[in-house]
Amino acid sequence: MKNETQTRVAARGGAQGKAARDGKSDAGAVLAEVAPVAEEVVVREPVNEKGETVCTSDTTLTAEQLLELYRHLMLTRLVEEKLVNLYRQTKVVGGVFRSLGQEATAVGSAYALRPGDFITPLIRDLGAVLVKGIRPREIFAQYMAKAWGPSEGRDLNIHFGDMARGFVGPISHLGDMVPVMTGVVLAARLQQKDAVAVAYIGDGGMSTGAFHEGLNFAAVQRLPLVVIAEANHYAYSTPTSKQTAVKNLADKAAGYGIPGYIVDGNDVVACYEVTRRAAEFARGGGGAVLIEAKTYRRKGHAEHDDQRYLPEGELEFWEKKDPVDRFQRHLLSQGVATQEKLDEIVSNVKREIDEDAAWAESSPMPEAEKAAFNVFDNSVVPPAFRPKVFGRDE
Amino acid sequence: MSTATKKEHKSNRPARGGVVTFVEAIRQGLWEELERDPTVFVIGEDVGAYGGAFKVTDGLLDEFGEGRVIDTPISEAAIVGAACGAALMGMRPVAEFQFIDFISAGFDMLTNYAAKCRYRWGAGLPTVFRGPCGAGVHSGPFHSLNAEAFFQNTAGLKMVEPSTAYDAKGLIKAAIRDPDPVIYFEHKKLYRLPRLREELPEDDYTVPIGKARTAREGRDLSIITFGAQVLNALDAADELEREGLDVEVIDLRTLAPMDKEAILATAKKTSKVMILHEASRTGGLGGEIAATITEEAFEWLDAPVVRVAATDTPVPYSPPLEEYHLPQVKDVLAAARRLAAY
Repeated sequence: MKNETQTRVAARGGAQGKAARDGKSDAGAVLAEVAPVAEEVVVREPVNEKGETVCTSDTTLTAEQLLELYRHLMLTRLVEEKLVNLYRQTKVVGGVFRSLGQEATAVGSAYALRPGDFITPLIRDLGAVLVKGIRPREIFAQYMAKAWGPSEGRDLNIHFGDMARGFVGPISHLGDMVPVMTGVVLAARLQQKDAVAVAYIGDGGMSTGAFHEGLNFAAVQRLPLVVIAEANHYAYSTPTSKQTAVKNLADKAAGYGIPGYIVDGNDVVACYEVTRRAAEFARGGGGAVLIEAKTYRRKGHAEHDDQRYLPEGELEFWEKKDPVDRFQRHLLSQGVATQEKLDEIVSNVKREIDEDAAWAESSPMPEAEKAAFNVFDNSVVPPAFRPKVFGRDE
Repeated sequence: MSTATKKEHKSNRPARGGVVTFVEAIRQGLWEELERDPTVFVIGEDVGAYGGAFKVTDGLLDEFGEGRVIDTPISEAAIVGAACGAALMGMRPVAEFQFIDFISAGFDMLTNYAAKCRYRWGAGLPTVFRGPCGAGVHSGPFHSLNAEAFFQNTAGLKMVEPSTAYDAKGLIKAAIRDPDPVIYFEHKKLYRLPRLREELPEDDYTVPIGKARTAREGRDLSIITFGAQVLNALDAADELEREGLDVEVIDLRTLAPMDKEAILATAKKTSKVMILHEASRTGGLGGEIAATITEEAFEWLDAPVVRVAATDTPVPYSPPLEEYHLPQVKDVLAAARRLAAY
């Protein structure tokens, strides 16, 4: 081990490296040179006998679990497609945010958690929210600003939460949820619960101060926080090269003194496996972990975004790497399921989505005066009704 | 248990009640709440072994352990965020800002996460964010802030600022037991001021959030104020009494949600109102209080509502500069005489 360290230092050059090679005791002004990782890690996709890309077969997942994963993947994709339909019918009040092409990261990683564990998603992690047991009807009602939505029309899309199901809703300010999740597992430790928290972040969100403060604190406290960095190439229109100078987002783990892993974000099985191992490590007292999932955002920031900033051919390149197609090929070529079985799963998912969308559409809009409630606990402080002119009753 | 002791314990368990300073009153309150409720914990920079920059958390680490007295990196966003996350889990964190000036580094977490959580999805956050505020001790532009106006326009945050040892203890306990986020301002000038030493009850008590206090009854004019300026108002009132003016002093104690009833009651009683605060005048709480009075008690007024506050500059370091910046007793006297002449 000692030799290996010395060799590495020597290979990187620098004063100490040279001193180590020469056997001299004076290392000079520079004690050591810490070189950045020079290259981006290349994703190597496994192929089946026909030469098609499939998923890793290095897994503990049973056939039944693999099919459940497939169900979650399809549910995520089709809920989003339904949302786009509703959006085009002007039934969605705000924007619609797609995770097309990167669903495997959210679904695979969240599937690796226990019921008592917590997630906080980004807008493109609907899959993780659904895996945690949130029903499509809640999502549809939220997007349509309906009274029956979990936030009763006060906030949009996946901006809500359900602590009983381990879902801590995000806010728009990227990075802020990393400290919050640090607090969740800090509390869990005080309560002697062995919960793990997963915070999703992107190549853009990692540029925020809150991300750094939260992860650093979790690392110092050796808290079981797993941060999943989704390297999906763009933060709105800004490419990763303009967010950070590191080659791999996982390289940042070194700055926190925690382990970092890189996974193929379009391989749902690999995402499951790496998260399962990270969660085990974190739960066992190892502390925080950073996982980078290399993937690609095939839609714009939201439905309105025309993606004019994409280089030619990039989208087509990544369409061929679609994570759902790839997992389907995997299941079929591994003999896990027949096409009929997969079709049956999809038709069940579609039925659930149609029922849930109809339920959400049937919800009334919230009563206007409800806007005044719940700023504070209203048993202590009265609701904030519209003020009267002069503040008087007459 | 004997509480007659007048000696203040430092690293030991504080007495229950007894004659104490302002800072010891806060420490008693924290200590008793940590003892009473296992979900309460303290988090902040240097709050553990060092006991906090002003020793508010002195001795807590030895008594309650590292699990409940947590030293953090210099990361206000992490402190606020972690407090919020822990509150989601059913805990009642008390987070310290080493100086309230540094609350700006946690501003986003406070205004966007803590303040809006209950409104957005019904998740109330029983959290306390406390720290030393205020000027007058020659600490310069970064250790003298009065931060209340930054948060006045954010729905979902309560703010309190005591001016007596009794209220300091009662309000920290009320803040810890409150179901929503409370920012608790402690004017650093008051911490060890001999004048504020007083005998506290031995029994558990709280001071209700949202209720002002009449610090001095009077008939001729009202000074609405809070924090360390309550002392300036009382000093001015004593002097004005010799001039035949009977001044009422209202100590707001809670800055949000403000005790509108008490504000309107004193305005209607004396018909002449001065608002006195230590933060800069423009955009300060004084404007909001004045607007409330003119909208709702206009017919009772015999004079314009006036504001006495700091100048619109950062807080300067050098004593003559700082004195120029801050409202002084002489300013209160001058304003009171003008009001009385109406």
